[in-house]
Amino acid sequence: MDAINWHGCFFLLFAAVACGFAVAVVVAGNIVRMACCLVVSLAAVAGLFFLAGAEFLGAAQLMVYVGGTMVLLIFGVMLTARGPLVSMKTGGGQWVLALVIGVALFAVLLQAATSSSAWDGPRENNLVRHDPVQSEESVTQDAAGQLGLGLLGVREDKIRQENKVLRGGMSGYLLAFEIISVHLVVVLVGAAYLARARRRVQGSGVRTPSPESRTPIPE
Amino acid sequence: MSLFTEPIGLSHFLVVGAVLFVCGVICMATKRNVLGVLMGIELVLNGANLNFVAFGSSVLRPAGTEGIGMDGQMIALFVIVLAAAEAAVALAIALSYYHAHATVDVDRGDELKG
Repeated sequence: MDAINWHGCFFLLFAAVACGFAVAVVVAGNIVRMACCLVVSLAAVAGLFFLAGAEFLGAAQLMVYVGGTMVLLIFGVMLTARGPLVSMKTGGGQWVLALVIGVALFAVLLQAATSSSAWDGPRENNLVRHDPVQSEESVTQDAAGQLGLGLLGVREDKIRQENKVLRGGMSGYLLAFEIISVHLVVVLVGAAYLARARRRVQGSGVRTPSPESRTPIPE
Repeated sequence: MSLFTEPIGLSHFLVVGAVLFVCGVICMATKRNVLGVLMGIELVLNGANLNFVAFGSSVLRPAGTEGIGMDGQMIALFVIVLAAAEAAVALAIALSYYHAHATVDVDRGDELKG
């Protein structure tokens, strides 16, 4: 009996929580219950990020997803949850069709995930981080510093890479960072406009707000 | 060969990602609520994100091999940001749809049907 691998134990815990609550999201009929299950599932995925060595990403997942997106989603749920809308049933035929497609897709993905023997596990237990590219004189050792430098256009982990093929992508992600910054501003302004426009238009969200073309609200 | 004593590898993470992805796809296909479809999209994005992080992780890959380095975490970070933006826009659209049709049933949004 070997020593218990705590990394594996915590992986099993987080994986079971993530998968179990993801299945609960699918089978739950109540929209509020779905939102609560999704919160737990996303938090467990953040734990898996921590286990994979991506600490900054796990923290970002917790803050952006669990803290931000879920608050937004739950607000949406609360604003639209009204009587019969809380739980809407789906027909049995759609469930059968979706389950068949889902099981087939899962079989394909499972076969692909377990096909390569190089993915089975680390040959030695290299839980202590040792990156061959990263030497002692690196500017920064932590993932957050490397991510920040990469967003500024410096790939710190590739500077000392001798292999020409592996040196690809040296330029980092400065352009993508700029694009996504502008994208976020545009999206937030657009979302604020879309969510506010209904007060003046009242009827349909996209049409011009003329009183004559106002469509009656169907019950 | 027990999972409790063997070190976990890349394929374990890929299986979890596959489960999340398939749950998201089924959720998107079967839910009639707009917000339920949105939650399915979040699940799909998280499954893909988990794969990116696992492939970029220096802990999981076998010793002496090169992974995709920081690219995995970087792409996952962009996916998180884009998912947050997408959720904001989709919720604004859902609220607008709710105020226009007084329902959040996606089957009722068939005005563009030819």
